[in-house]
Amino acid sequence: MDKEEYKKLVKEMSPKENRLKNVLVAFFVGGLIGFLGEFFLYFLTSTFAMARSEAFLWLCVTLILIGTLGTALGFFDNWFTKLKCGLIIPTTGFAHSVTSCALDFKKEGLVTGLGANFFRLAGSVILYGIIAAFFLAIVRVVLGG
Amino acid sequence: MTYLYAFLFAGTACAIAQIILDNTKLTPGHITSLYTAGGAFLSFLGVYDTFIAKCGAGATVLISNFGHLLYSSAIQGYNEEGILGLFSGMLCKSSLAITAAICFSFIVALFFNPKD
Repeated sequence: MDKEEYKKLVKEMSPKENRLKNVLVAFFVGGLIGFLGEFFLYFLTSTFAMARSEAFLWLCVTLILIGTLGTALGFFDNWFTKLKCGLIIPTTGFAHSVTSCALDFKKEGLVTGLGANFFRLAGSVILYGIIAAFFLAIVRVVLGG
Repeated sequence: MTYLYAFLFAGTACAIAQIILDNTKLTPGHITSLYTAGGAFLSFLGVYDTFIAKCGAGATVLISNFGHLLYSSAIQGYNEEGILGLFSGMLCKSSLAITAAICFSFIVALFFNPKD
């Protein structure tokens, strides 16, 4: 058996992740979060007579709170491995990345551990978000926005 | 109708992210950064506000909304205060998400320990 054949065999034998199932799960979970978010907006605007723009902010804070508490209580990591992008792309993923870093590095000290590693994962989101927004805004300004 | 659009928009965004994750070597960190920059770009093209009007929460629960907030508040700052406003206004709207994440995570980290 030469190398090529061996590679083929390994590829065939190694367990395949069911990609279609992953995509469908992500679609359904992400969609559900969007749907529930919309329902939450409806609940806020109808019960508390809140403006829709203000309700958007409450929704954002609530999602972050859910993501933070879910991570701290430990059941979010399991969901992440199962549901994948369905939970990562909504704002819950942002809260999860901050909280999991904070928890993981807590034992190394409050400043050198927790403080220094707080934005270990979420930092790239903030950095590239700001960089992209900055250059796009410059382009818009130069073009005469 | 907004409920259906919210479901479809958020679901499609997550499904596309999952396809990228499964078929390339990019990590979730890459994809969330990509989505944030993508949100800023969609906002630059002027379509993100339409998405929010049509899909409501479907568009605002996503991480790309963060990019949209960054871009739109930078432009708003520029319109109000000129080039300095671009810097001072950038984090205006998104400071809600960042501050909430920092405060909640810190409080939670003080009281909980990581589970393995």
